[in-house]
Amino acid sequence: MKKRYSVKSLEEMPITAISFLTTEGNETGEWRSQRPVLDLEKCNRCGLCWMYCPDNAIRSEESSFQISYKYCKGCGICASECPKGAILIVKEKR
Amino acid sequence: MKKVISGNQSVSHAVLAAKAQVIAAYPITPQSSIVEMLAGFCADGKLQAKFINVESEHSAMAACISASVTGARTFTATSSQGLALMHELLHYASGLRLPIVMANVNRALGSPFNLKADLSDSLSQRDTGWLQFYCESGQEVFDTIIQAYWISEQVLLPAMVNLEGFILSHTYEIVDVPEQREIDHFLPPSLPRDCLDVENPCLFGGTTDFYINFRYKMHEEMQRAKVVCQECDAHFQRAFGRSYGLIQPHRCEDADLILVTAGTLAGTCCVAADQYRERGVKVGVLRVRLFRPFPGEEICCALRNARKVAVIDRDFSPGCGGIFAQEIKSVLQGKDPLPVYEFIAGLGGKDVTDEDIGRVIDQTYQTPEPGGVTWIGLLK
Amino acid sequence: MDRAAQVKFPIPEEELLYSGHTACPGCGAALALKYVLKGLGPRTIIVIPPSCAGTISAPFPFSSLKIPVLRIPFETTAISASGIRAALDAMGKTDIHVLGWAGDGGTYDIGLQALSAAAERNDNILYVCYDNEAYMNTGIQRSSATPEGTWTTTTPSPYVKDTPKKDIVRIMAAHKIPYIATASIGYPPDLIKKVEKAKQKAGTKFILIFSPCPTGWRYSSELTIKIARLATETGIFPLYEVEDGEKYHLGKKRPEKPLKEYFSLQGRFRTMKEEDFRRVEQKVRKEQEYLARMAR
Repeated sequence: MKKRYSVKSLEEMPITAISFLTTEGNETGEWRSQRPVLDLEKCNRCGLCWMYCPDNAIRSEESSFQISYKYCKGCGICASECPKGAILIVKEKR
Repeated sequence: MKKVISGNQSVSHAVLAAKAQVIAAYPITPQSSIVEMLAGFCADGKLQAKFINVESEHSAMAACISASVTGARTFTATSSQGLALMHELLHYASGLRLPIVMANVNRALGSPFNLKADLSDSLSQRDTGWLQFYCESGQEVFDTIIQAYWISEQVLLPAMVNLEGFILSHTYEIVDVPEQREIDHFLPPSLPRDCLDVENPCLFGGTTDFYINFRYKMHEEMQRAKVVCQECDAHFQRAFGRSYGLIQPHRCEDADLILVTAGTLAGTCCVAADQYRERGVKVGVLRVRLFRPFPGEEICCALRNARKVAVIDRDFSPGCGGIFAQEIKSVLQGKDPLPVYEFIAGLGGKDVTDEDIGRVIDQTYQTPEPGGVTWIGLLK
Repeated sequence: MDRAAQVKFPIPEEELLYSGHTACPGCGAALALKYVLKGLGPRTIIVIPPSCAGTISAPFPFSSLKIPVLRIPFETTAISASGIRAALDAMGKTDIHVLGWAGDGGTYDIGLQALSAAAERNDNILYVCYDNEAYMNTGIQRSSATPEGTWTTTTPSPYVKDTPKKDIVRIMAAHKIPYIATASIGYPPDLIKKVEKAKQKAGTKFILIFSPCPTGWRYSSELTIKIARLATETGIFPLYEVEDGEKYHLGKKRPEKPLKEYFSLQGRFRTMKEEDFRRVEQKVRKEQEYLARMAR
């Protein structure tokens, strides 16, 4: 995305609402009241949790998948869809 | 090359000359022949544009908006009900800062139903952030469309070129249509601007609390637009030997009564003014060509030597009066008192004759103080 | 477990929807968008009207999409897409996909005129309607896509919606456009295959995506995919394709589960009674018969 704009001053703003930053700075993990925990022993790397996550909060890391708690909203779809029961939902600690 | 063409045909020839790339339009009397001619140019390859036969004027403007954000030079034309239907999109177009050019054939808004000349349709849209021009001749219509692209693409604000229904749209004049290479020299292809680009993706039109800042930036550019219009006119004069100014005064320097109006009424006023001049009565006429941004300074300057001003509006804002009258009164505010006499005439295409203007002049001279709006041409 | 097992990706890997977007937890619309973008790839321009997707796309100065986005007025999804296509064609950029992305409100209701016009002109666009069966973004108001018997904020109990869901597929089929498909987030590989099929064709393509909404349908967020699949497994939302308005290709899934399994999971159907279920059963059967006839 274009980086030559900023919202720091009138001068640096675009002439209309042209968005030039991504949402990756928005840590939606803050929303959670419960979190998924992935047991890699049970995981068969089928990729269904990765496929069904609405927030792309499950990422692939070399030979496994990892949950990004920065973004995970705790919806529980991954746990519900995991064919191996490898994901458990636990209450968020806060 | 000189052609004998109608006001509407002047529009079509200008859009052809400007090499518009996307045209989306819906037919409405008295605009339809603009669109028909452009469809013809596209069909026989004279104009390399994509022509979208939309199902409503609302969609016509929506198509122009999205095509313009993609980077194309766009055009549409409409009138009264169609313009009103586009209303929310007119705001959208200016808010997105798009150089769309539209021809509006001024026609009365229903109800009651009326197909004829009335400026209320475009003037009702005066708050939408569009530049607005009011033309008096077929030549001016052609030239102003070309100028509109030049100006619009500089200031990144859309421009509306107005011509009165039937009086200008359907009457024939000799119009000088310059050679294509002269037009190309004056009006090159669009300057690059931020647009929808897969190589450099971004999101246009997001929700924002910075809204007031964008409106301020639009305000700044509208102020600058007046200067850009003048620059364009000067370039146009050099390129084609014609210029129009933001306002067109006729014998205003030494006039003690100046008639102020827009569009073809100015011609009738000039005929009447010249008749009075023959009898030694010092009448002048001021035609307002650029309405948005409103050339307040220029108007004040042109009116400075007059004792009285009579504004003739071919439009009407219910609960208020003539729209040009309101705008002129507000720019004269605070200056040496210059009485403004308000007249409304010609609504719904009612013919306004030089005799009618004579009555306006007489009444203005004879009435010591302006008081309310006088309506010309009503039933007894 | 074999720890050296390779990670598998059942669908294309590249993400074109960034994390950090503000969709509700368990949002079906976000999944629909994620999948369709994977099917189209990065050389795509999308137009989005006011909708959940509009909110998900993020406020200025952010965007949650990796492709160019234009946010457009509510009625104009189809014509805005057509306008972009016209501009790209006029500018000689013909290898870019143009995607009109609207919800059920923006398609079945306020956007229907422009959609019908684009379809009649056979404009070269892909129009996707993600259907969560109400105006969810503005607070769960009914649309003409809301099924009969549903609670919404403008059809509050006991005056739940008393007219059937509009049949948008039949309407689009009447326009004889090259390709129409129903798809569901419950079956992402099938959805993506349909997107890939659509993008190869010229003309107007219409895909209706069944997109459950935990917030508006009143169910616990982890059930989004299950409910999407149940809709197809009970015959509520059959998967099929229509080419040129006439050639019907039915998906392999036939209704095999009782309707109550689908309805009982959703609070929005709380007021449905026995006679309502019988009515729906009849409808589902009739629809299956109709589709079977059309596919012959």
